[in-house]
Amino acid sequence: MKTKSNLERVLESKIFAVTGELGPPQSADPEVIRKKARILKGHVDAFNVTDGQTAVVRMASWAACLIAKEEGLDPIVQMTCRDRNRIALQMDVLGIAALGINNMLCLTGDHQKFGNHPTAKGVYDLDSIQLVKMVKDMRDERKFQCGEEMAVEPRLFIGAAENPFADPFEFRVARLAKKVVAGADFIQTQIVYNVDKFADWMKMVRDRGLHERVKILAGVAPIKSVGAAKYMKTRVPGMDVPDSVITRLQGVPKEQVSKEGIKLCIDIINQMREIEGVAGIHLMAIEWEEAVPEIVEAAGLMPRPRLVT
Amino acid sequence: MLISEQKPLEEILSYLEGDKSIFLIGCKGCAEGWESGGEKQVAEMKNTLQEKGKNVAGSVVVDMLCDSALTKLKLRAHKKEIAAADSILVLTDGAGVQTVAELVNKVVHPGCNTLSAGGAHAEWKEAERCLECGDCMLEFTGGLCPIARCSKHLLNGPCGGSQGGKCEVDPDIPCVWQQIFDRLAKLGQLDKLERLVTPKNWSVSLISGPPVKRLS
Repeated sequence: MKTKSNLERVLESKIFAVTGELGPPQSADPEVIRKKARILKGHVDAFNVTDGQTAVVRMASWAACLIAKEEGLDPIVQMTCRDRNRIALQMDVLGIAALGINNMLCLTGDHQKFGNHPTAKGVYDLDSIQLVKMVKDMRDERKFQCGEEMAVEPRLFIGAAENPFADPFEFRVARLAKKVVAGADFIQTQIVYNVDKFADWMKMVRDRGLHERVKILAGVAPIKSVGAAKYMKTRVPGMDVPDSVITRLQGVPKEQVSKEGIKLCIDIINQMREIEGVAGIHLMAIEWEEAVPEIVEAAGLMPRPRLVT
Repeated sequence: MLISEQKPLEEILSYLEGDKSIFLIGCKGCAEGWESGGEKQVAEMKNTLQEKGKNVAGSVVVDMLCDSALTKLKLRAHKKEIAAADSILVLTDGAGVQTVAELVNKVVHPGCNTLSAGGAHAEWKEAERCLECGDCMLEFTGGLCPIARCSKHLLNGPCGGSQGGKCEVDPDIPCVWQQIFDRLAKLGQLDKLERLVTPKNWSVSLISGPPVKRLS
């Protein structure tokens, strides 16, 4: 074990892992986080706390992680390059590790244009791959990006994201390989609705042997309404929602759509478990945390291994 | 006026490793003024490369290399020499390098770093071509600049928002990483994208470094 991460322990013991996601509030209210954390507790092995997702100002990921950790969970801090240069990133990495957080997901970040401060100056001093490498060198070499050494290293289980549905498709696996070389321990993918395309991508991943060098968690998410499905299809960058998904949701009475959305999510989880090299799922029930226990239960993923950090 | 200076010879030679025959291009505009790629510097580079055992297939110095139409016309006269060369070395700013890369289906090496646009933006008006970063990356990106044309200045490939050749920020903006991928695929150089690109030195860029030092 490289770290005290519960997620690392679960993945190392070859148990099909489940991670969740928690969005911090657009306010200083800690109760919102506690409430969501209590719903997720016992149903996930670890969970991401987003870092200004869609470039909207929210409580800092590390702060929300600390509140959630008090509830007895293993949080994954998300860290984007959009808002911090290499100096700020490294300072945060040290602070996060010192606070006892065990996992970090390295992201480039949603562009500031999409958020509620579109006139902000984006930073992008590093990209996500360079961030992975920097954190890995801090942990394993005790070195800052400049090459200077530190006394106590940040012991973080390092994650990165990958989107099998973005273009150029042929380059997506090469990009994953770069993240593996840079030092990623685990990967969480974009939400999978196009299972066939995901399976094609996983085949390319296996052909390069990458599934043996990094733990891949397939992104899944329940859809609440037909409108939400259409919005994701047309408005969310990097999403691939096939027409069959929309047709399926349209095929049931309106009051049953959210139930069908949950069923669809469970079906996709079951398909993910059949694909060689998929080590777990990353369940993103954003602003719908109540759905998590039901989905995890119905997918046969309960009980979760006892949490140890 | 785009202000550029020649990259260290060692760096240029590392780009040319494996290429036996080189075609040289300079510019009588800004690069002549800043002595980074005018008639004199192109002649000097020709001698240097020959001393280093390279064959110089030919050379041309264009009046305004960033003027795409003019450059196209001038390069036509050297079609055979260019075809015979393994690659092209361009001694001018990032705008000029990208003009050549768009016109010629051949590997184009940047020989200079662009320090400042000095308020001007070259003759190529339809798009940003050079952000004056001072540490030209065009060698690794098929002659298309991800600093100037990627919304997140990414150096290791496209983000997860590249779809259908478009940038996630605006459907009217082409994803330059898709363009880089396509060009390198055409040149048989996709292996260039497998390399881990290390964090960039922003201290030499106009937006992060001290301008007084750069313009003195």
